[in-house]
Amino acid sequence: MKHLLSIDDLSTDEIGQLFETAADMHDVQKREVKKLPALRGRTVVNMFFEDSTRTRSSFEIAGKWLSADVINVSAKGSSTSKGESLRDTVLTVCAMGVDGLVIRHPASGAALQVSQWVDASVVNAGDGMHEHPTQALLDAYTLQRHLGSLEGRHVAIIGDLTHSRVFRSNVQCLTKLGARVTVVAPPTLMPSGIASWSAAAGFETSYDVDAVLPEADAVMMLRVQRERMSGAFFPSPREYTVGYGLTRNRLALLKPDVPICHPGPMNRGLEIAADAADATQSVVLEQVSSGLAIRMAVLYHLLAGEEA
Amino acid sequence: MADPDTDPTRSDRTVLDARDISRALTRISHELLERNKGATDLVLLGLHTRGVPLARRIAEKIAAVEGAPVAVGELDVTMYRDDLRSQPTRRAHKTALPAGGIDRKVVVLVDDVLFSGRTIRAALDALADLGRPSAVRLAVLVDRGHRELPIRADHVGKNLPSALAERVSVRLAEVDGTDEVTIS
Repeated sequence: MKHLLSIDDLSTDEIGQLFETAADMHDVQKREVKKLPALRGRTVVNMFFEDSTRTRSSFEIAGKWLSADVINVSAKGSSTSKGESLRDTVLTVCAMGVDGLVIRHPASGAALQVSQWVDASVVNAGDGMHEHPTQALLDAYTLQRHLGSLEGRHVAIIGDLTHSRVFRSNVQCLTKLGARVTVVAPPTLMPSGIASWSAAAGFETSYDVDAVLPEADAVMMLRVQRERMSGAFFPSPREYTVGYGLTRNRLALLKPDVPICHPGPMNRGLEIAADAADATQSVVLEQVSSGLAIRMAVLYHLLAGEEA
Repeated sequence: MADPDTDPTRSDRTVLDARDISRALTRISHELLERNKGATDLVLLGLHTRGVPLARRIAEKIAAVEGAPVAVGELDVTMYRDDLRSQPTRRAHKTALPAGGIDRKVVVLVDDVLFSGRTIRAALDALADLGRPSAVRLAVLVDRGHRELPIRADHVGKNLPSALAERVSVRLAEVDGTDEVTIS
């Protein structure tokens, strides 16, 4: 593995290997000395052209616990705000001898584009509305810890599908692992052309949350991405909650102990009620610690071995 | 079955069979007990892959002699190796310490073959990140020589002088379905 740009690049075997390594890395979080020397002398740059708390700090800690030197570059406060192009910024940073480049960018395809410009290993930490592969890996890893194998298990992904890279990566990852996936959204937030995609990729679509919830083995709520919404996708936040939010009443529709995921940051009271976010079966915080283990595994697999 | 020493179709030679391995582990168990004056504060850590079953076997033998269980764990040193960069990505294994941890304990590292000593160097670094044992000792089933670092074993099942080009293979029932040590 040279880059991690899309879930599509990973075979089922490779996903399994990443999960095995992540399980080993998970134990490191419980240790007093949270440090492994595997990436000593390697340099990783986090380039974030979009706001982020958990993904950026998670990659930063993951790199540091593997003993890599990690620096952060964000669009605000970098030469990007002086008008430098993405290509020039990336080439400048890589000229400093960088081994790994973790990139988040508002443009879909940015990570792939960057990987063609540089020698460093590139990790896609979210590119526009396209993909967010480490999020999908950590979601599937978290669910696997709760459900055992995902083979034949039914996962419902609910919310703003149109703007969601998390959904695009997750559908691929979960179906690769044998899960049955149903995606639910209001018609205005259902991506155009999803009918042919779902037929080809083997997942189901629905507009009816209340019909899907009782038969789900896991629920994944998506954030309503107001920063990406230029038009009116629903009449009011209240109306969205009534139609598609995971409210206290809907919580009662779930089978007992069905894990509830949310990639964060949560809009409490919009797509997820506090009762659901703080329920005992909510795995939101576990997703964060799994995310660290997954990102350590990804950095290890990309950067530890000999150059491919 | 053909005798491997005379069987012309086999290029390897058996140096320890199942009974030899069992006897060697019994002796190591007794040596450990004698040296440590009992099994208190003793922690056996098997190194992946084949050190893990060896550590478990030694623990069973010690338990049989002492009548009380002895702490066993497993240690993975992949992340501490000095040759990570020159090989394809190695898969890491689980590190599992016994509930009592290793602080102020006598830790015995258990491995199948002692060769260059680099694995043990990595294991010592890994231990330092996990705690502070009062002493660390090394028990190996086979010492084949050719050390590249100033490291030696405290307890050796068999000293096996070998040429650098020769290959020493340890097979254990738990991993390989059979117990034997061969050289080829």
